[in-house]
Amino acid sequence: MSGPPLLSVDGLRMHFFTKAGVVKAVDDVSFAVGRGRILGLVGESGSGKSMTGYSVMGLIDPPGRLVGGRIVFDGQDLTRLDAAAWRRLRGNRIAMIFQDPMMTLNPVLRIDTQIVETIRAHADVSHESALARAREALARVGIASPDERLRAYPHHFSGGMRQRVAIAIALLHHPDLIIADEPTTALDVTIQGQILFEMQKLCRETGAALIWITHDLSVIAGLADEVCVMYAGRVVESGTVAEVIERPLHPYTRGLIDSVPSRNERGRPLRQIPGMTPSLLELAPGCPFRERCSHASAACAESPAVTEPAPGRCLRCFHPVHA
Amino acid sequence: MTGVAPLLELKGISKRFTSRLDLAGRIARALGSSVREQTVHALDGVDLAVTEGEVLGLVGESGCGKSTLGRIVARILEPSEGERLWKGRPYAEYEQSASRAERLAVQMIFQDPFASLNPRLRITDVIGEAPVVHGLVPASGRDEYVADIMQRVGLDASLARRFPHQFSGGQRSRIGIARALAVKPQFLVCDEAVAALDVSIQAQVLNLFIRLREEFRLTYLFISHDLGVVRHLSDRVVIMYLGRVVESAPSSEVFARPNHPYTQALLAEIPKLEATRRTYAPIQGEIPSPLNPPSGCHFHPRCPHAMPRCRTEAPRLREIAPGHRSACHQNDTP
Ligand SMILES: Nc1ncnc2c1ncn2[C@@H]1O[C@H](COP(=O)(O)OP(=O)(O)OP(=O)(O)O)[C@@H](O)[C@H]1O
Ligand SMILES: Nc1ncnc2c1ncn2[C@@H]1O[C@H](COP(=O)(O)OP(=O)(O)OP(=O)(O)O)[C@@H](O)[C@H]1O
Ligand code: SF4
Ligand SMILES: [Mg+2]
Ligand SMILES: [Mg+2]
Repeated sequence: MSGPPLLSVDGLRMHFFTKAGVVKAVDDVSFAVGRGRILGLVGESGSGKSMTGYSVMGLIDPPGRLVGGRIVFDGQDLTRLDAAAWRRLRGNRIAMIFQDPMMTLNPVLRIDTQIVETIRAHADVSHESALARAREALARVGIASPDERLRAYPHHFSGGMRQRVAIAIALLHHPDLIIADEPTTALDVTIQGQILFEMQKLCRETGAALIWITHDLSVIAGLADEVCVMYAGRVVESGTVAEVIERPLHPYTRGLIDSVPSRNERGRPLRQIPGMTPSLLELAPGCPFRERCSHASAACAESPAVTEPAPGRCLRCFHPVHA
Repeated sequence: MTGVAPLLELKGISKRFTSRLDLAGRIARALGSSVREQTVHALDGVDLAVTEGEVLGLVGESGCGKSTLGRIVARILEPSEGERLWKGRPYAEYEQSASRAERLAVQMIFQDPFASLNPRLRITDVIGEAPVVHGLVPASGRDEYVADIMQRVGLDASLARRFPHQFSGGQRSRIGIARALAVKPQFLVCDEAVAALDVSIQAQVLNLFIRLREEFRLTYLFISHDLGVVRHLSDRVVIMYLGRVVESAPSSEVFARPNHPYTQALLAEIPKLEATRRTYAPIQGEIPSPLNPPSGCHFHPRCPHAMPRCRTEAPRLREIAPGHRSACHQNDTP
């Protein structure tokens, strides 16, 4: 990779200040994505993936607050942008596909109205040509009879179709950076393949950078260049996809790979990581994984610092797994 | 399992959604445009039987009618045609004689946990209200009951007083699972219930499903696009394509000897955990629409084996091996 990355996030912290205490949803997260590259953000439910995405998008609402870190996009620090600057950027140069498609879709507006409005918000085109682009956009995400479907309301669509419409809207302006939050969880393999094809094509042809948030390692494996594994608000391991999947160093990553269903026997209980995800509310210091970790020792009561066990790899663990 | 009446049976279920024209549409039509009312053929003559204690997996492309079928089973939607039987009796007849608790026998875990949770209710109420109201749990035991169920689905019970929007996506989907389990159902429709969960929580929830089935003979209609999960959990699998069942067989059969060309195409694409970068391919052929389903076999525009007959005649679901049914004309040609 030459030149500075398109997006670099450094030491990001986003906390919720609730009555019950502080929830450190994002706690010292750093990563970078270059143009045309795909970064996978994996981690278990509640580990802070969506909130990392929201922070980059400037969409944090109270009681949540950014309490530290820098987010540099194409040379400008996004944490310092005002509302007007955000409006020009969001949906145009930076787009997010939300985990819940209804965050994108308005339930009381027809799909054509919503897409045409989005197009015309950032581009000076006629209603007709906007409509033509809307039709193309739906076809790209595998929605048949786009003409008829454009006249429907979101609740006339199946779960997966709503997800696909939200994806189509995010891609309308060929953004430079796309944050996709679990966009294919409810999609079957053929449609998922179609979406991933369009995403790869976009990155290749327009040089867009993509952050793909998921809990599904097998999607990341086929799609991404680099991967960050998150646990309890922190990145515990990162590196190229091939490196991390073939030689996981963090015991959590190892457990994640072992509990993929296809690696288990049918009808038997699945291998699972013992114990529960810790609550992020008033999380005690130390490695947050230690309660569930078979490698843990007394040392793990301290927070492990980030180390670089090999070039391009990062790790937060005192006792890495050896292959 | 012959002889025993199935716990749940669907006969010839069809569902059509007809959209009435909105104002703009009516004006356009008055002005001579060809805008018409649209009819979506979401389900077309679906037969299904589920025996007590069975896990029936339901698989099919996005938009093929799985959620619609699930909602019809769970009585959230009425079919346009067809019959629903519970323990051998029509739903309506059974309902008249059933107690309140029995009417909760079929529960659904919704595909969309965001939309199905009331944003103004605390989690403790989302989960705990129905079981108390229906006399399954005494009011005094409610907190303990809620805590126990939250724990079982991997939620931290100390968060019971939070509202739905204070949870992450996967946490919300577990709230939906807890709510359905809380009323002690006999039959559970799981619509992409574990799709938003990472593998370790997914394993915990699937293990819980397996245990509940062993302990209470809980029966499942398990809708999922994740073939790995379906294979792991299901006794039998039903494959749908554009509103019709195209294949049904014991799980091991489907995965070992898929018969229908659509099933074969599905199995060919199961993602594997391999650290090699893949180049994805777009869908081949035209994507069919339930607004205007292809004639004959719905799959013929995408089928590599399509014959002239496939364009004109819909293949019937026929038994091709014991317990293995498939709807493909190729099975007629020796
Ligand atoms: N409004 C809020 N108040 C307090 N805590 C919150 C709030 N919103 C989210 N959280 C907490 O922040 C943490 C991170 O949430 P986030 O949505 O980023 O998780 P995630 O990694 O996207 O998980 P999932 O895969 O389940 O979507 C979670 O533990 C969640 O409970
Ligand atoms: N209320 C409705 N009004 C009109 N059409 C509807 C309605 N509900 C569903 N449909 C249509 O019925 C078809 C089947 O939808 P359904 O939600 O059952 O699909 P699905 O198999 O669950 O798909 P997915 O995997 O994407 O969730 C779709 O074409 C959808 O657009
Ligand atoms: S009936 Fe014809 S088109 Fe349909 S699956 Fe069989 S061969 Fe293919
Ligand atoms: Mg999330
Ligand atoms: Mg559905």
